[in-house]
Amino acid sequence: MYPSRFRYESPTSIEEAISLLEEGKGEAKVLAGGQSLVPMLKLRFASPELLVDINNIADLDYHRFDADGSLHIGALCRHEHLEKSADISARQPTIAAAAPLVADPIVRTRGTFVGSVCHADPQGDWASCMVALDGYIVAQGPNGRRNIPVRSFVSGPFQNVLAYNELAVEAVIPAPQGTALGGYMKLERRVGDFATAAVAVAVDMSGGKVTRAGIALTGVGGTTVDASDAAAALVGGSLDEASIAQAAELAASVAQPRSDHRGSASYKRHIISTFTARLLGSISESNERAA
Amino acid sequence: MTSLFEEITETSVDIPVRRVTITVNGEKRSANVEPRLLLAHLLRQGFKLTGTHTGCDTTNCGACTVLVDGRPAKSCTMLAVQADGRDVMTVEGLATASELHPIQEGFKEEHGLQCGYCTPGMMLAAKALLDENPDPTEDEVRWALSGNLCRCTGYQNIVKSVLWAAEKMRNSAG
Amino acid sequence: MSLDEIKIGGMGASRRRVEDNRFIRGRGNYVDDVVLPGMLHMEILRSPVAHARIRSIDVSKAWEIPGVRLVLTGDMMATRNLAWMPTLSYDTQAVLATDKVRFQGQEVAAVIADDPYIAKDACEAIVVDYETLPVIVNPDQAMASGATLIRDDKENQPDNKVFDWEVGDRPATDKAFEEADVVSEIELHYPRSHPSPLEPCGSIADFDRSTGKLTVYMTTQAPHIIRAAVALVAELPEHMIRIISPDLGGGFGNKVPVYPGYVISILASILTERPVKWIEDKTGNLISTGFGRDVYLKGQMAVRKDGKILGVRMHTISDHGAFFSDAQPSKFKIGLMHSAFACYDIPAAHLTAEGYYTNKAPGGVAYRCSFRVTEAMFFQERMIQAAADDLGMDQAEFRRINLVRDDDFPHRTPFGFLTDSGQYGKCLDVALEAIGYEQFLKDQEEARKNGRYLGIGISTMTEPLGAGNSREYDILGIKMFDSAELRVHMTGKAILRTGAKTQGQGHETTWAQIVAHELGIPADDVVVEEGDTDTAPFGMGTYASRSTPVAGAAVAMVARKIRAKSRKIAAHLLEVSEEDIEWELGRFYVRSSPDRGVTIQECAMAAYSNMPDGMEPGLENTAYYDPPNLTWPFAAYVATVEVDPETGVWDVLRMVAVDDCGVRINPMIVEGQIMGGLTEAYAMASMQFITFDAEGNCVGSNYMDYLLPTAWETPGFELHEVVTPCPHHPIGAKGIGECATVGGPAAFVNAVMNAVEHLGVRNIDMPLLPDRVHEAIATRSDISGAPPVRTDAP
Repeated sequence: MYPSRFRYESPTSIEEAISLLEEGKGEAKVLAGGQSLVPMLKLRFASPELLVDINNIADLDYHRFDADGSLHIGALCRHEHLEKSADISARQPTIAAAAPLVADPIVRTRGTFVGSVCHADPQGDWASCMVALDGYIVAQGPNGRRNIPVRSFVSGPFQNVLAYNELAVEAVIPAPQGTALGGYMKLERRVGDFATAAVAVAVDMSGGKVTRAGIALTGVGGTTVDASDAAAALVGGSLDEASIAQAAELAASVAQPRSDHRGSASYKRHIISTFTARLLGSISESNERAA
Repeated sequence: MTSLFEEITETSVDIPVRRVTITVNGEKRSANVEPRLLLAHLLRQGFKLTGTHTGCDTTNCGACTVLVDGRPAKSCTMLAVQADGRDVMTVEGLATASELHPIQEGFKEEHGLQCGYCTPGMMLAAKALLDENPDPTEDEVRWALSGNLCRCTGYQNIVKSVLWAAEKMRNSAG
Repeated sequence: MSLDEIKIGGMGASRRRVEDNRFIRGRGNYVDDVVLPGMLHMEILRSPVAHARIRSIDVSKAWEIPGVRLVLTGDMMATRNLAWMPTLSYDTQAVLATDKVRFQGQEVAAVIADDPYIAKDACEAIVVDYETLPVIVNPDQAMASGATLIRDDKENQPDNKVFDWEVGDRPATDKAFEEADVVSEIELHYPRSHPSPLEPCGSIADFDRSTGKLTVYMTTQAPHIIRAAVALVAELPEHMIRIISPDLGGGFGNKVPVYPGYVISILASILTERPVKWIEDKTGNLISTGFGRDVYLKGQMAVRKDGKILGVRMHTISDHGAFFSDAQPSKFKIGLMHSAFACYDIPAAHLTAEGYYTNKAPGGVAYRCSFRVTEAMFFQERMIQAAADDLGMDQAEFRRINLVRDDDFPHRTPFGFLTDSGQYGKCLDVALEAIGYEQFLKDQEEARKNGRYLGIGISTMTEPLGAGNSREYDILGIKMFDSAELRVHMTGKAILRTGAKTQGQGHETTWAQIVAHELGIPADDVVVEEGDTDTAPFGMGTYASRSTPVAGAAVAMVARKIRAKSRKIAAHLLEVSEEDIEWELGRFYVRSSPDRGVTIQECAMAAYSNMPDGMEPGLENTAYYDPPNLTWPFAAYVATVEVDPETGVWDVLRMVAVDDCGVRINPMIVEGQIMGGLTEAYAMASMQFITFDAEGNCVGSNYMDYLLPTAWETPGFELHEVVTPCPHHPIGAKGIGECATVGGPAAFVNAVMNAVEHLGVRNIDMPLLPDRVHEAIATRSDISGAPPVRTDAP
């Protein structure tokens, strides 16, 4: 497996990267972790004319919680940095739960969170977390920066709304409204497999009540599925058996799985319901324990 | 220049190349490469370090695992140009002239290899683990090696090999 | 006085492997590591469709790419009579397609260029015009009336049937069924799989016009057979062909056949007069080279109320893909499928087998298997469990009643093989004791009350290893012996070469141990070489767990020849007659005066410096060993599992393996083989399969879709042993490499079935993917057949 020829540039600033993308006129690809892009080059599923390697741009490899409680993840933050971060593990349970389930441990040393969201693979784990957490992407172009909510960022399988001369420089997860609870559950046949089906849940709670909720589904649609009705049904109430069951049912009802060699559509739908209930159940338990 | 001449073939003209300098197993090495050249191929064909194997093409098998700036990376999923200025360790860099690395000893001692094809990648993934966590549990070893496939051993002896090495490294450190 | 055999690395020593010294340093020498001066690189263009007529192939754009040296198509191969080649199963296979492509991934053209990147660029520039044809992806479609004829290239091939075959005693079997109290039935599919060694296949052909010699570095488990095949196919003189099989990154049967890529690289080297390297990519390996299994099995068992089995019927339908290129040297169309039930005392049995062509990759290889014994033993142990269920009898007890007793050897198996030894009952008992069988059954009952599904699965089997004795085997008429050549140098150090070919089994370590055992020469003083046909004695290679049974026996025999000559030298040195000489490990001594002796090393020196009058100088010899029978290792595998009824996900709680492979040369290596085999068994049971959609697209063409277990999923293994020496093998050893892969899958599957049997579920076909297990639980019904590749819209 050998890639086709391409021109390669490795800018050292965001501005330089953007002007290279501008030059590429839509025939350029951004190389960050490369854990999806390089295999696609090798399989010749992608044959860009220009590769803009952003790995030499300083100060993009970070994740931090700002004073307002929002989480900022730079374009070169690797999966494993999130996986091994004490901050993340203490303050952002959905991300913490998903991080070790992304690909395999070696891929996680190079693959990036932002790159994975940009790749917009319907099987991608991070896009679901972003949707469940109401995250947005900060894109920078020749005319400055704009924030793009993840729900409108992904425009289809392997497609995003970035203009050809825009670079996704950061992902942001807004501050929780109360205590951030959540989790990610993924059915995979073995480590490194894509999800047969997976569920991301993020629930903010305050005084025993749900103040904000997000539920998103991986691998059961042409893109990440936003189970917004399931999440909305939780807001304002407590997490009990009935509300959990209702949310699980609503989540399953919006899944649009396809039958394939990973499982039948009905099975995947069943897993969505089961995992949603399991996640919410354990969130409810941990909230009670904390109370 | 190590050779007195470089033959100009019809394929070598007009193809843009980039000069990369990589510290490989402690030694600075430079080469002119086409941007599309994979790091695994530069190591194997360019630098004649054939201990790095390529198994699967799709970033699954981990046979090509090397350490890039100390972290394990699948070298078939990196372009050689991406390694410019970085520090790369391959299996050939594990042993010193006189001494095997404890991980190498462990693999031999606990029969952690059969055909040997996955072994370099396994050992480097194991090194990355032990550098971070000198006293891992069996499950932690299994987890850390889950990006590397082995078709021969059934993994049990690989796990034992890594634990053997961990113990030896702790003992000699203490 | 006598040497400590363990200390010199003799039999029974868990000697650390000598080959590891290079592998752990990254100094192995695999085919892709070999670089020859002036070497070119070859890439193959493969068919994207499963069945099509080739209207045209336009290679002009490929030729225009700088660095391209040669572009080959089927028509050009045909000018050298190399467009087709014979298979080991007496069929033909296309090297490069001329008329049609018959499976997805079939070789259509090849480009030879300065580097593989350019060769790949040029492959992309070739334009092939395909006229697609109806596609057949399973035997049902192949046998349907009006089915498209796949092999219209063959004369006398009116339909898609490859063969009909039967064995056993039909009238006696019919009678047994008449007398039965209970007749059990089961129907299974053993899915298509791929051995998938990590290293794909490859070759470097180097034809030297000046000498006329062709040297080929090749990923082959059987270099001598390849030499013969190349001589026949390429019509080159055999002495001018040198096949070198360097280090192999695993084989598992995948590297036995002759593949088109090898042949094309040879012709390319002849045409370019440059070395030509071909290294397959993983997708090429998975979609075009020898697969394993893909057999539909059904049958019945006639049982008496008291648990005695009276008879068995089996019917198999096998899918061979587009060319019948099964790499199997048995004399039977469906390999040793009829070794089924060999460990049970069953008076009557009958088997019928049909094989079909389909538009799928060819090459049913013995994937860690002695030619269909994996399917046979899987069917056997699933059938046994079904019959025990139908009888309402404990599955262990049912086995115990029917296992051949220790005093009942030699024993004629239900289909006519002769087994020679075994302690089957003891093996089972050790396994049950280890797992805590009785306690588990109690725990299982308790767990069920709490909605937890635990299961225990047993698999007991003996299988015929070590191809093979000439009653059952030959390859194109050549008998299946093997060989060893031992040269003892004057200082008592030695080099041993055999006709086998290690690919991870550790021959370089264990063969030296046999020499140490026979001669007392420390194993460290014996270097072992294999794989080069110019230096190794003729042998049939390594597969079907045949190395120890055949080549290992030859090693013992050649060492004994050396010892016999050394005894004469010792008598000469000690100045006594040969009859007065005794042997202890490493030393001859005078019977009446044990202090007077000479070591084997002293004899070696004398063989070059002070031999008796009339004796040929030197201390070298060769032995060819033609085994009198197969070896019959026995095993009992017991797995316990827990199934999550809500998701269908199942986890292995414990896996106990008790293997009886006779005398163990190197226990460490034997255990390594068993654990590797168990892992492949677990893989088959849980995730590893290759399937096809209705258009014949291979699902499982890379490791994203073809799943191999990692260290994380693979369970831990608990190993035990029983030792029954093989009565006819010179050192009492039997084959072992494949046992766990052959017997293991049924233990896992039986365990999951046992966990859900109270729901009325009797069978879920492999792999036991969570969705299949869940569906069986949810619907309380069987899930049979190949996992479908569903294509319904969202």
